[in-house]
Formats: sequence, structure tokens, C-alpha cells
Amino acid sequence: MTIVANILGELFAPTTAAYALAAIGLNIHFGMTGLMNMGQAGFMLLGAYGFAITQMHGANLFSSVLFALLLAAVYALLLGIPTLKLGPDYLAMVTLAAAEIVRIVGRSTSMTNITGGSAGIAPQDFTTRFEDLSPLPDGTSTFLIWTYNNNIANSWWLRIVAWVLVALCAFLCWRWFRSPWGRVLKGIREDENAIRSLGKSVTKYKMQALIVGGLFGALAGVVFVLPRSLNPDSLGRTVTFYTWTILLLGGAATIMGPILGSCVLWVLLTAVKETMRVTIPSTVISSNQIEALGWIIVGVALMLLVIFRPQGILGNKKELAFNG
Amino acid sequence: MAENNKAPVDAAQRHDVGAAPAASVREPFYDIARWGTKPPEGEDLISTAYGDKVTRDLAFVENKPGVHKPDPILVADGVVRRFGGMTAVDVDHFEIERHGITALIGPNGAGKTTFFNLMTGFDVPNTGSWHFDGKDMQHVHPEQVARGGMVRTFQLTKVMSRLTVLDNMLLGAPDQPGEGMFRSLFPGMWRRKERENREKAEALLERFLLIKKKDDFAGSLSGGQRKLLEMARALMCDPKLVMLDEPMAGVNPALKQSLLDHIISLREDGTTVLFVEHDINMVRHIADWVTVMAEGRIVAEGQPKTVMDDPAVVDAYLGAHADVDLGGDSVLEGLEERS
Repeated sequence: MTIVANILGELFAPTTAAYALAAIGLNIHFGMTGLMNMGQAGFMLLGAYGFAITQMHGANLFSSVLFALLLAAVYALLLGIPTLKLGPDYLAMVTLAAAEIVRIVGRSTSMTNITGGSAGIAPQDFTTRFEDLSPLPDGTSTFLIWTYNNNIANSWWLRIVAWVLVALCAFLCWRWFRSPWGRVLKGIREDENAIRSLGKSVTKYKMQALIVGGLFGALAGVVFVLPRSLNPDSLGRTVTFYTWTILLLGGAATIMGPILGSCVLWVLLTAVKETMRVTIPSTVISSNQIEALGWIIVGVALMLLVIFRPQGILGNKKELAFNG
Repeated sequence: MAENNKAPVDAAQRHDVGAAPAASVREPFYDIARWGTKPPEGEDLISTAYGDKVTRDLAFVENKPGVHKPDPILVADGVVRRFGGMTAVDVDHFEIERHGITALIGPNGAGKTTFFNLMTGFDVPNTGSWHFDGKDMQHVHPEQVARGGMVRTFQLTKVMSRLTVLDNMLLGAPDQPGEGMFRSLFPGMWRRKERENREKAEALLERFLLIKKKDDFAGSLSGGQRKLLEMARALMCDPKLVMLDEPMAGVNPALKQSLLDHIISLREDGTTVLFVEHDINMVRHIADWVTVMAEGRIVAEGQPKTVMDDPAVVDAYLGAHADVDLGGDSVLEGLEERS
């Protein structure tokens, strides 16, 4: 029973929501505008730092979130100015490198006073004000098969806030998708020069898309660190690649794709790991190996998906027929 | 032929009955595409006002390269573009007559497309200045050029494959407030404009025989249909000057005829047309003025009927010794004399 609860609990876990948010941001970059952002983790880490550090120094919640968003916007601007006029591959390289720079600077010993160095920032330093805001009573609650703490760490309160955020971002994304603004972005994805010849300033639109997607990434970072400590190494390259996996799994350029992708990936992964833990005795495979093996099995499943359903779960097969 | 005649006769009847004046003037131009190139015998419904005016004005213009024209819309001076050691474009002076259909011809590699790119801001010349409708266009970005009323199409057709034909068209519409990031979130601010644009797009698609395809992905169109779509899209913003880069390349002969009619009807809508083309017959058929480029320079200009006789044009296409048999005795004699 606990296994089933654990597995299905991933369906609405805060981490799942964080990845869904990050993938929605990436969807605006890649699915709508065709920007190859290989450093979504950089936006997330910067958002997380912006939130946690201001919280540590006693700012209120609202201004902390605002500061996190501001940092991400400035970061997007800095990345965009030199690269958006060049080809897509340059943006990919620059975002990948910049995300690593953010992480390495964050974990360097000289920054220990501000970012806590490689140890990061402990949860009690930045989550208390968020937890105090909760209207729920103290203690734990059980809903159907799931029992979680009401307010502390991996809580019901965080789940509610995280999924409200996801719904809000998905709604914004849906509005944008069906608007003339979204149409211009999709046009840029298809052919930049054609859009330019029709009198739209392509660089401005690309910059807007980069910033908006980055803001969603920063929010994802905040949600990501709230149930745990802020550790720069937990928001490294792999997070970017998981986000890409989620986006392609769910289907790029769809509204619900990133959310569905995130749910499917984490439920699948937990299911594989938990099943192995129960069925295979630890003398044959140790728990460390199960962790790695879980990723291998999910990796193979994803490969099969990409081969047999390249447009993702929700994608439109017809769109794939015309490559760029 | 009978079917061809039907539409204009209807239009004529409407004309007689006395429909609203604006509509009756507007209608025939839009019907022109269904007519074939000429109105049915005995009928003279198409307005040829702009065509007549341009013909009249250009009749007195001397047939020589870089000549001044009575009412130019685009004036280029000393435009030079070099790629390394190669001079792709070197135009001393060039004018395009307003409301006219000007053809730009020349052998492959003559610099026609590069000249297009320079004029529309897609490429930057080494030196030179050019004015469009009195405005200086140096250092102007391509998007601003387009907003100024000079819209181009591409030799290698650019359509947004994974958008529908209608969306492609709507992207061509100017001043849609919904294209702002924040305003796009409030459909009330842009829905009315969207509806107007949609009506206009559908009218244009009808004219270009693409209306049945409007909900298909543009990527599913044939090469010729893409050319049509690109041209229709360029017309969404009512440009003052359209620059068509090989509008007929890869278009089948039947479709070609209707494209020609479209171009003629553009002139009567008050649009100036500049086009690059290799098909000399077509050039002779619709152009008011022909400019010939070779090796980056303008080597001849003139009336379509006479410009082909210009020795410079013959040289440009066939080489300076076109009438000499290179294996003949005359060549050998020349060599002997020199040695």
C-alpha cells in the first residue's frame, strides 16, 4: 500500500510541479520560438538563490519572489543580447555554459557568506516565512491514501501552492499560444527571415520569449528548493536534461505536454525503482544500483517512445511531416 | 472560354445596374484573375489608368542605363557590395518608376538577388545610398523597411511550414495589437482587428486560388502554391512597392498565367512592382520597363520591346563574340595577325 501511495504520490509531488513549471518555460523557448535553451537549470538555480538569499536576510515573501524573477530576467537579457542575433546553436552553447557558471560561482568557497558555498542553504533559513503563511492547521493530514505534513517541508501547503502556480502558468501559456503574439513566435520558429520581411522585429520577440521562459524557470527553481535544502549541485546539468526529456516526452508546442510529461516521468521512475526494491533482494542488487538501474530502464523506455512516437504523447504527428 | 467569360459579364451587369460606386470600381480589379489576360472581346472593364499613365510617362524616357524617370519611388546611388575580391553589385544610379511594373533581368550571378537584399536591408552594402519614397533607407533594419511599405518575397520561397495557410497570411498583417506580449493576454484588445485581418486574408486567398487550402499546413502546399502564398502574404500590408524575386520559378504554365494577371492587377491597385525573372516572354508581356544587370552593373534599361535588341544585353547573355564561330577561320586569322 505504501508503495502504491509513494508511486502515485509522485503524480502531484512538489518536485513534479517544479519540473512541470521548468518544462513550461522551456516550451516557450523551444516549442514556440525554437530557441535551444540548454541551461534551464541556470534559470532555476538563479531563481532559487534569489528567493533563498533574500529570505535569509528577512525580506518578505512577495519581494523575494519578485527578486528571483528579476534575477532571471536580467540573466536572460545578458544571455540574449550577444546570442539572439546569431544562429540557434550559439544560444545552446551559451546557455549551457552560463548555467554551469552560475552553479560553479554559487558553490565556490569565496561565496560561502552569500550562497553557503557547496553546502548550500539549509531549509530552516529560507522556508519558515513560506510555511508561516499557510492557513492550514499544524500536524499531518491524510487524503485518500496519502499522508503528508500540513505545513513543514514536503507538505500539503507546498503542493497546493506549487500546483496553483503550474495551473496559472499553463493558463498564461494557453492564452499566449492562441494569440497573435504566439503566432509570431511560431513564425520565428519556422522561418526568421520571412518574419523579418513581414515587418516584425524578430530579436525583440526572441528576447521576450527568452525572458518569459526564464521567469517560469525561476519560479520552478523556487518550488524545487522549498521542500529541501538549496544545494547548487542538485540544480546542475542533469536537471536541464530531465526538463528536456519531460518536454519531448509530453510533446513540444502543446499546452498540457510539459505537465503530463513531468507526471509520467516521475511516476514511471518511482514505480520502476520501488518495484525493484520490493521484488529484488538487496543481496543481488544494492539500493545504490537500483537508483542507477531505474534511470537506465526509464531511459530505454524513453528511447522507444522517441523512436515510435517522436512527437511526444500529446504532439501532433502531422506537424512532424514538414521539417522546418 | 465560356466559363472564363461568365464572371466579367456578371460584373458588367452589376456595373450597369449601378451598385455602390466604390464597389463597382473595386470589383473588376479583383475579378481580373478569373479573366485570363485580356478582357472578353468588346468589353473594356478593367481600369488601365495606372498602366496608361506609366506607359505615357515612360515613353519619353531615354533607353540608357541609369536614366532619370519622371516619378521614381526608389532611387539608388552608388550602391556597391563586395564579397572579398568579388564585386557582386556595383550600381551607379537606378530608379524605379512609381506604379510601374519594372522587370530586373540578367544572367545567373548578375547580382539581382544581392541587389534585392541590399535594398530591403537583409544585406549591407560597402558604399551607397538609396531612398524609398523620399526616405533615406541606409542602415534601416529589414523589419523597418517592410513597415515602410517595401515588401519582398524570396527566390527560395519562405513559408512557415507548420502554420496553417491562414496563419501565414495573418502574420503578414501590420499593426495587430495582439502581437504585443501583454496585450496578447487580453483577447478583447485584438479580436476585432483579427477579424478584419481574417476577412482581408480570405479575400486575398480567394484571389490567389488558395482559399480551399486555408486550414492546411503551409508545408503541404506545392512549390507553385507556396509562391502564390508568399505573394499573397506580402500583399497583406498593402505595400507601396513589392519586390518579387523570381515569382514564376517552378510554377506550372497554367498557374503562371494567373500569376501574371495578379501582377497586372497589382499595378491597378496602385502598387509598384519590381520583379526578377528569367522568362523573357513573360517580361515582355507585363513589364513597363526592363532593367538588365550583368556582373553586378546595370548594363541596359529600356522599353521591353526594344531592350532585347540592345547589344549590351546580347553581350550579357551570350558573350561579346556571340556571332563569331569560335572554330572558324576568322578566329585563327585574328590570332595569326597578332602573332
